[in-house]
Amino acid sequence: MARARIIPILTIDNGKLVKTVKFQKPNYLGDPINAIKIFNDKMIDEIVILDITASMQKRKPTLNLIYQMASECFSPLGYGGGINSFEDAKSVFEQGVEKIIINSAIQKNPSLLRDIADVYGSQSVVVSLDVKKTLFGKWRPCFNSGRNKTKQDVVSLARHLEKAGAGELIVHSIERDGTFCGLDRELTESIANSVGIPIIACGGASSVLDMTETVSATGASAAAAGSIFVYKDRNPKSILISYPTSKELLPFE
Amino acid sequence: MIAIIDYGLGNLASVSNMIKRAGGKAVISNDPEILAEADKLILSGVGAFGVGMANLRELGLDTLIKGKVSSGVKILGICLGAQLLTDSSEESECDGLGLIPAKTIRFRLEHLGLKTPHMGWSNIHISQQSHPLIQSNQPNQRYYFVHSYYIKCSDIEDELCRCDYGSSFTAGIARGNIAGVQFHPEKSHIYGLHFFQNFLAW
Repeated sequence: MARARIIPILTIDNGKLVKTVKFQKPNYLGDPINAIKIFNDKMIDEIVILDITASMQKRKPTLNLIYQMASECFSPLGYGGGINSFEDAKSVFEQGVEKIIINSAIQKNPSLLRDIADVYGSQSVVVSLDVKKTLFGKWRPCFNSGRNKTKQDVVSLARHLEKAGAGELIVHSIERDGTFCGLDRELTESIANSVGIPIIACGGASSVLDMTETVSATGASAAAAGSIFVYKDRNPKSILISYPTSKELLPFE
Repeated sequence: MIAIIDYGLGNLASVSNMIKRAGGKAVISNDPEILAEADKLILSGVGAFGVGMANLRELGLDTLIKGKVSSGVKILGICLGAQLLTDSSEESECDGLGLIPAKTIRFRLEHLGLKTPHMGWSNIHISQQSHPLIQSNQPNQRYYFVHSYYIKCSDIEDELCRCDYGSSFTAGIARGNIAGVQFHPEKSHIYGLHFFQNFLAW
């Protein structure tokens, strides 16, 4: 049986590694290539890299940086940010990336997921479903790094994305991002129960235990986190790249 | 020379990157003249079986591969590339390369509450203990898998290794100069590094 995947998620802003809180206030951490090297040495299950300003600044994926990061990474690598067309996706795959992650483009280009899945397989196509909770407790999907909120129902959108060719969904809680208050199990479960594709729970992880417990409690297949893997003692001034050893993860096999 | 066959599918850069890390060198090519010079071939890739075969045929590489393999050149299939070595797949109508008597079958695990694809890290169990590609003296070999179909050998002697997902399935095949693995050694840290070091020595 495959153990739940524990995935560091790295956010990049104009070539720099940053960490946000609630998708805002990017805190500069350092050089992303160096961070990937350290994570790779720690034998991570998988890694996700998101260029959080590419779509906002209407930039294409920075292929040279992606190539350098992919060359240091001997685990599966997902990349998102600025992928708006099949050609964009193709150029990212060619750098040595397994999975491309889409968010903003699904609004503009409804056939994009299918176009990529038909050639590269749906397991290569991930959608980041960025979700904000309204004052009335409803979950609403957001696009463009959380800036554009829609009125769609998040569960129906997840079902639609599965039909449209997505092979995996990152369910990313915006209001929990960077807060250490725990993954949103209710949100994760409601989506995991509604689709047949793997779900990655993300946003607000408080510990590795929170991640593994969320996976077993919700039917998700994986959990991703940023802050707990880049900060020491939850202190944004104390940067330390960490990841559990395979021995520490053994109880969760 | 090691040649990674470029038939328009999947992540070939990471295969050549891992070979480099293992101390070797590989070219990525679809040029029949370059591939004809190769003494080892790698057929890697992800995606649909039918698209893979159609691309190979369109480039004239299916006959080239068969010719090279019958002349004794070693070939390693990875993921879809391993499935393409078999006779057929439930994914597509077309025939495979038919280099090893086996069929590619879809996982049916819904009744066990398991999701398809099988995605993540799994331990393998070695069937061919003395095969040079997978050395049995390395315990707990873990590899990264992502697949919805698996290979079923006609002759169990051709099975290289097994893995468990819902039930036990064939995770690698090997017969003579032909081998294929369902997992991604190029994305499997030190386990994959050792695998490619073995491949360089194979």
